[in-house]
Amino acid sequence: MKTTRTLTLLSAALLLSACGGEGDKTQAHGPDPKLPAQQSSLLPSMKIAEPVAWGDQKPKVPEGYSITAIATDLAIPRQTLVLPNGDILVAEGRGGSAAKLKPKDVIASLIKAEGNTKVKSGNRITLLRDADGDGTYELKTVFADNLNAPYGLAYADGKLYVANQDALVRFDYADGQTKASGAPTKVTDLPAQINHHWTKSLAVSEDGRQLYVGIGSNSNITERGMEVEIDRAMVWQIDAATGAHRPYATGLRNPTALTIQPGSGQLWTVVNERDELGPDLVPDYLSSVREGAFYGWPYSYWGQNVDPRAQPQNPAKVASAVKPDYSLGSHVAALGVDFSIPAMGEKFADGVFVGEHGSWNRDNPVGYKVIFVPFSNGKPAGEPVDFATGFRGDDGKTRGRPVGVTVDPKGALIIADDLANTVWRVTRNQ
Amino acid sequence: MTTLPTYRCTPGPLHATLLAGSVPLFLGALLSDIAYGQTYQIQWANFASWLIAGALVFSGFALLFALVNLLRAERKAGRPAAYFLLLLAAWVLGLVNAFQHAKDAYAMMPTGLVLSAVVTLLAMLATWIGLTNLRSGAAQ
Repeated sequence: MKTTRTLTLLSAALLLSACGGEGDKTQAHGPDPKLPAQQSSLLPSMKIAEPVAWGDQKPKVPEGYSITAIATDLAIPRQTLVLPNGDILVAEGRGGSAAKLKPKDVIASLIKAEGNTKVKSGNRITLLRDADGDGTYELKTVFADNLNAPYGLAYADGKLYVANQDALVRFDYADGQTKASGAPTKVTDLPAQINHHWTKSLAVSEDGRQLYVGIGSNSNITERGMEVEIDRAMVWQIDAATGAHRPYATGLRNPTALTIQPGSGQLWTVVNERDELGPDLVPDYLSSVREGAFYGWPYSYWGQNVDPRAQPQNPAKVASAVKPDYSLGSHVAALGVDFSIPAMGEKFADGVFVGEHGSWNRDNPVGYKVIFVPFSNGKPAGEPVDFATGFRGDDGKTRGRPVGVTVDPKGALIIADDLANTVWRVTRNQ
Repeated sequence: MTTLPTYRCTPGPLHATLLAGSVPLFLGALLSDIAYGQTYQIQWANFASWLIAGALVFSGFALLFALVNLLRAERKAGRPAAYFLLLLAAWVLGLVNAFQHAKDAYAMMPTGLVLSAVVTLLAMLATWIGLTNLRSGAAQ
């Protein structure tokens, strides 16, 4: 019968289209990544690694380095900041209020939640102190609470800046303080409607006068409509004194972490790129943020590669799109970046550390580690090196997911782990 | 030799509601797809997704009735089989269409629109046959 034959063909097509999420085991990194053809599978691959506790295990670090959990039982630690006196601040929370618009959103959110912590959003900043310098952070206290999904942290000239999901706020800070002296002062409101990508990353210029806030897009690829993308997918430059803002660079889909390059004062970011174009598209990237530049989202990626899903298209914007500096690989979900210092050891002296939260829509999971991208003459040079691994074990289980990475001037790397609700500290063995 | 029944066998109220209800749902999805293609207003795509989901629930249960009818029919060839297979085709293609509509933004087009048209037609045909008569060889 004709109908049955059509059906057999259909089910075959259905099965075929379900494959194709495999992807390369090793992805192209660097300034000129291989960009395969766009794929559109009927069933997007979703692979959530089963979360388990670390137990007596720890992330693996290079020989000559040690890693310790300096704080546990936090409430979703994301980004950290080392204060002038060596105290560490940890921003804890989870934001977003994106409505579920399609049946898909309902199903996908249930699946994604499997790979995340079940802990409630902390909405606070915790302070960790190691008074005697023995590497044990004996003091763990709440520095400020009742914040709204705080994420980006920055310090300059006696002022502590916190990027909540809806506003940039400021605390006065005196050396040695363990608790904020009062409620924060608002510097400026930040775009907060929907907050599909809610994290507001933050960096402060070396002179303390300009603040930079990374604002993620309100969708994967405009599926919530173009109207909700006003003031999204960009980095704002904010005057610290007046709170006045202007777009500094645009077309950055989700700039999840910002940092200033020591010496040059250049702003750098890691950006999470779009999904559902295949396992090896689109590469997440590390890039200097060029003032006034347009980085493509939503119309194109990696320069002029047009994304037909963003309609109506905008050829003029595509023509103006610039290429980012360095591919980190697709779907790694880079959420942290910081420049290294010579105290981190010869091999890791010049470059950036990048925290990769790990993929959720790739059959061959990638990320789930902290990498080091070596620099030379102020630019990325060479292949990335693994710095902390084992967050996703060989047994296929996930013990942790790295978020923010911060270089401690004492020569240590602080890693926030929002699955294990732990802050790790990697040090050189003496 | 068996005597053929000369009466029409039509679906009960629940069966009929589920069957006929899937038609405006699939049709609504088709019209929403057309509106989305014309305007790029994403809300039309959201409407289409939910209408298809609703149509799958309705036609899914109608399909169970159709299967029971097929199993109980003395003469399976002809109307009982055609009704079941058309509805099955509508449901399976409708499911494919639901996945197609789950793609972000314009990635669902134009395949989603074509599928919506085909599925609407299949659902109409199945409903036409099903509501006319569930038995073969009966009076026309």
